[in-house]
Amino acid sequence: MAKKSYRQAINDALRQEMRRDPNVIVLGEDVAGGHGASGETGGVGGVFGLTGGLYKEFGPTRVLDTPISESAIIGAASGAAVTGMRPVAEIMFVDFVGVCFDQIYNQAAKFRYMFGGKAKTPMVIRTAIGAGFRGGAQHSQTLHPLFTMVPGLKVVMPANPYDAKGLLISAIRDDDPVIFMESKVLYDMEGEVPDEAYRIPFGEANIVREGKDLTFVAFGAMVPRALAVANTLAAEGISVEVIDPRTTSPLDEDTILESVAKTGRLVVIDESPPRCGLAADISSLVADKGFRSLKAPIGKVTCPHTPVPFAPNLEDEFMPNPRRIEEAARAVLAYS
Amino acid sequence: MQLSRDDLKRAYRSMFTIRTFEERVVKEFAQGNIPGFAHVYLGQEASGVGVCFDLSNDDYIGSTHRGHGHCIAKGCDVHGMMLEIMGKEGGLCGGKGGSMHIADMSKGMLGANAIVGGSPPIAVGAALTQKLKGTGKVAVAFSGDGASNQGTTFEALNMAVVLKVPAIFVFENNGYGEHTASSYAVGGPSIVERAKSFGMPGEVVDGSDFFAVREAMGRALERGRANEGPYALEIVCSRFTGHFVGDPQAYRLPEEVAKAKANDPIPRFRNAVTEAALLEHADLDAIEQEVLAEVEDAVQVGMAANRPSLSTLEKDVYVRY
Ligand SMILES: Cc1ncc(C[n+]2csc(CCOP(=O)(O)OP(=O)(O)O)c2C)c(N)n1
Ligand SMILES: [Mg+2]
Repeated sequence: MAKKSYRQAINDALRQEMRRDPNVIVLGEDVAGGHGASGETGGVGGVFGLTGGLYKEFGPTRVLDTPISESAIIGAASGAAVTGMRPVAEIMFVDFVGVCFDQIYNQAAKFRYMFGGKAKTPMVIRTAIGAGFRGGAQHSQTLHPLFTMVPGLKVVMPANPYDAKGLLISAIRDDDPVIFMESKVLYDMEGEVPDEAYRIPFGEANIVREGKDLTFVAFGAMVPRALAVANTLAAEGISVEVIDPRTTSPLDEDTILESVAKTGRLVVIDESPPRCGLAADISSLVADKGFRSLKAPIGKVTCPHTPVPFAPNLEDEFMPNPRRIEEAARAVLAYS
Repeated sequence: MQLSRDDLKRAYRSMFTIRTFEERVVKEFAQGNIPGFAHVYLGQEASGVGVCFDLSNDDYIGSTHRGHGHCIAKGCDVHGMMLEIMGKEGGLCGGKGGSMHIADMSKGMLGANAIVGGSPPIAVGAALTQKLKGTGKVAVAFSGDGASNQGTTFEALNMAVVLKVPAIFVFENNGYGEHTASSYAVGGPSIVERAKSFGMPGEVVDGSDFFAVREAMGRALERGRANEGPYALEIVCSRFTGHFVGDPQAYRLPEEVAKAKANDPIPRFRNAVTEAALLEHADLDAIEQEVLAEVEDAVQVGMAANRPSLSTLEKDVYVRY
């Protein structure tokens, strides 16, 4: 198997799906780049390089550079999707959903239900999430709870290159609107990625590491962090099971509950804010359906209830970092 | 409005401060002393300085991701800015904002803004305050050509007309939104025609000519101060560098950049004032020396400063909670 980066894995998936299905189109700001400029057209391929080379292969009818008009980008994607295309729209940073959220949650997410099951909206919104990039308060957020709470949306958070490709192919072939959240700190992460197309189903968690003393549930960029702490604890003979749900909607409840049934102890590691976030959501699931399994209160490692700070030391402390994860793990393990 | 010698010196100092500051930002960024990303204002100095020249601290501006120049033109402290951009204690926002969020309420600077199209609606509100309180002050929204395509901008333009508030919409058309030319992304005849179609007066201005910008802004201000409603300026200028520091710019031919640099607003100002014998070269040289020293000092102070205390992480989310 070839080693590829998370970025290449996503690019692979886009390219292969565009080759397979002429209805798949890509639209967004600078997804090609250079239009109207004096130099090269189509050489940018997105500010993070995710759509690199697509313009060259598929041309301007399938790789559409848009004005800076996110409402129109998402609205056009949903309008095209509901009438027969399979658009993959890019919202460069998830923070920018603020200017187009209506088109996502009042429009695309609700068509099928409001129209009595008579519409399909097969669209994907790819967007970059997460802190750690020194991007400041409006370029660093992790907003998956905002989408996860909306009925009608599916929400995907790949944590490694293999999953990124397989989940994106599933997202493109899915008939519902999918929010595909790319962790920008993982773009350069390398891993084994098959050349051929393959799908990873939604709602199936990945058991990243098996263990028996404690369960970690982590999302996106928090998965490698959780795994690193699990490995540290393993050196002391503490066996941590690490679960990556991969999709927050649908959510693989069974895998989480089965793990907690085995370990009796849970720490949820999530980069979204503590209130109404995924840590709160998973805790509520386990309190509700796994109460008898619990031997200790549930540990939650999230960012604080603050915007994302700019200064590097503040941002590092803001994010669930290894120190905070380890402290939470030890507290849950010490409880008796 | 005739400018005094002191006025002219102030204009040059402001433009040259922006130039020097931004050149240092490019350098310090490349050396890893500035975290994150930085969008510099090189080439657009006459625009920000011309617009802000006759504003007081009680007039407001809202800025963009390319905001350092607007901050300096509005009188923000260069040391506080450098500390902020470096993410240090003592920065104008305590290191919590960074390059794209520098703000200084005491100077009427409502923040750089990392959301394209973020400032125009805010400026409508700031202008509404001036109207309701009868201050005779105005609020300016800086936006790029790219931001002229954002829905928030359209809504703000229309609402400013409907509410008849003293908002001034300044569109700095530097030819590009990121890596896409405005000739591709902006439909219709021009940005100013769009603004006018909402029912406000407006004009196109040569953004490398400080005097032309200031005069056009004078007309906007006259209308705003008399509470007659909004005004739009499309300031045509050039981005001398890439979209962000480090942008390889393969989409842009070097000749295009060279041509833009041939119309550099700073030597243009110098030539204009020295040829008209309003100032001597020596006057301007002296200003340059002072500015260079000030920016050097700001960098040294910034480098030596501490990171903000971790105890500030959860401070200032609310006034009270
Ligand atoms: C809502 C939103 N969409 C996209 C971006 C990404 N972005 C940052 S700057 C920029 C280009 C802005 O172009 P323009 O308004 O012309 O300003 P300039 O950079 O030329 O000063 C884009 C697309 C953003 N910050 N916010
Ligand atoms: Mg521009």
